[in-house]
Amino acid sequence: MKQLNKYNAGWLALSVIIYFVVQMLIQADVIDYYYQITLMNICMDIILALGLNLIIGFTGQFSLGHAGFMSIGAYCCAIMMLKMPDLTGFLLGLLLGVIVASLVALIVAIPTLRLKGDYLAIATLGISEIIRIAILNMGDLTNGAAGLSGMPILNNWTLSFFGIMLSLIIIVNYIKSSPGRATIAIREDEIAAESMGINTTKYKTIAFVIGAFTASIAGSLYASSFSMIKPDNFGFMKSVDILIIVVFGGLGSVTGTIIAAISLGILNMLLQPFGQLRMIIYAIALIAIMVFKPGGLLQHKELSMKKLFGRLSKKNTPKKEASK
Amino acid sequence: MDQFLQQVVNGLSLGSIYALLALGYTMVYGIIKLINFAHGEIYMVGAYVGYTAIQNWGLGLIPALFIAMTFCAVLGVLIERVAYRPLRNATRIAALITAIGVSFLLQYVMILFMGPDVRTFPETVPAKIFKFGGVQVNEQQIYIFVISIILMFLLQFIVKKTKMGKAMRAVSVDSDAAKLMGINVDTTISFTFALGSALAGAAGVLVGVYYNSINPLMGAAPGLKAFVAAVFGGIGLIPGAMLGGLSIGVTEIMVSGYASSLIKDAVVYAILILVLLIKPSGLLGKNKKEKV
Repeated sequence: MKQLNKYNAGWLALSVIIYFVVQMLIQADVIDYYYQITLMNICMDIILALGLNLIIGFTGQFSLGHAGFMSIGAYCCAIMMLKMPDLTGFLLGLLLGVIVASLVALIVAIPTLRLKGDYLAIATLGISEIIRIAILNMGDLTNGAAGLSGMPILNNWTLSFFGIMLSLIIIVNYIKSSPGRATIAIREDEIAAESMGINTTKYKTIAFVIGAFTASIAGSLYASSFSMIKPDNFGFMKSVDILIIVVFGGLGSVTGTIIAAISLGILNMLLQPFGQLRMIIYAIALIAIMVFKPGGLLQHKELSMKKLFGRLSKKNTPKKEASK
Repeated sequence: MDQFLQQVVNGLSLGSIYALLALGYTMVYGIIKLINFAHGEIYMVGAYVGYTAIQNWGLGLIPALFIAMTFCAVLGVLIERVAYRPLRNATRIAALITAIGVSFLLQYVMILFMGPDVRTFPETVPAKIFKFGGVQVNEQQIYIFVISIILMFLLQFIVKKTKMGKAMRAVSVDSDAAKLMGINVDTTISFTFALGSALAGAAGVLVGVYYNSINPLMGAAPGLKAFVAAVFGGIGLIPGAMLGGLSIGVTEIMVSGYASSLIKDAVVYAILILVLLIKPSGLLGKNKKEKV
């Protein structure tokens, strides 16, 4: 097994470098408290969008209910942290959230994933609304529309970074595994995949559960970033925000999703001073991007270390020959 | 029994507003397979145009309704030209994101011009109450019933009896074949948007009359409900949208009346999911076999 070939090592090195550079910028106060909130939001969006891209971009199943699973993670983690306001509480809450979200996704996926296209979209939208309304009506446990408050703020760059890495490792490894290829085959042509003996329901369900799993991680980070959460934070608009990132980055492109989450997060921050005009500019930008680049930034493609190394060595070889 | 009938009457009046909205969704979906998320915002614009016509220009309900419908029809055609037409051959999800962008744009432009506050819709219909046995029907509800029934009949007439309606049906079955038969597909799609948006504008004015209050974000929730209604009845089908709208309205009022208004949306969605699981193409939809 050559798990650690030079491409993977390249990615690993790149992520370690990014981690330390950002950490140093935070230490040096270049990234102050205000920017750190943007940073946390971008990190959560990356995790959410990666999970949704697995469902929409790689499996071809249209889900409009991603925020529902995020809210499960957020509430589980918040409830645990209110009982145990330290890192152990956070980790236990994360674990609980991931388990509950995956179970709910499993129960929901088996019947609804028989639906196709827009019907599936509306069913998943309905499920996330049902989750939201259930949370609203759970009495003291979730404290209704007012939401929970008083959680310790534990989230920082290190925690967010590990969240991203965990989701990335799970999702990228899944895509590159044999079940992952079966999943992509379902996206390309469900009937053809089925006739090749692929159990389409099984792989669609796996992808859906992994998506919910990562959404729950993001939800836990959300609960520990802000000291209060309420059901309205996880409504239809949140699902739409994630969907926009996925489509903007390109369906079926992991690196595209990351780039899109970062650029949309920065765009949002830069537009903050414009006040009322902010959403108008954002909306026009959204329409313009879709009209001129309907496939998203990277379309199906990925930024890859393989190509980068290939390009570098191509550039180097002629030089060596010339020097000879 | 009286209480039950009363709930049915209230449900039907809410349901006819949903049905008017759902018709626009379903027609646009039927013809270009786009979930037009901006539809709820067109309804909001309609409410504001009606408000301006009544409050500032001192017009009555019927002229205000006509102005709102015309304005919305023009707006709908404009949106289709600028935002959706360039994406006709792109993926459906790109068109969907554009629709969401348009809906943000309409919401926040309205906030910019009219402010974010809730406005009181001027009273144009006297609040008279008629009693049929134990059931109370107020005059607003009668206006809503009568206007929506007239509009639905008008729509049915346009779609079934006119040349343009024939073209609409042809394009929705197969747009390439329709083009080969000499139908101007672009004009037909524009006409569909005009028709659907006009109905949304009418729904906006009626909702203003019924609830007496309007705000720039009022379109989002009913827009979503109307889409649910369209799917419920079988998306792309005009009778399906009417049936879906009315049943969603009645269900919602029944749940609020007999259980709790907090869970009404959850019940609506749960019923929707059940219907889809049993009949995946909606109540009136025909299940098409997929061919390879």
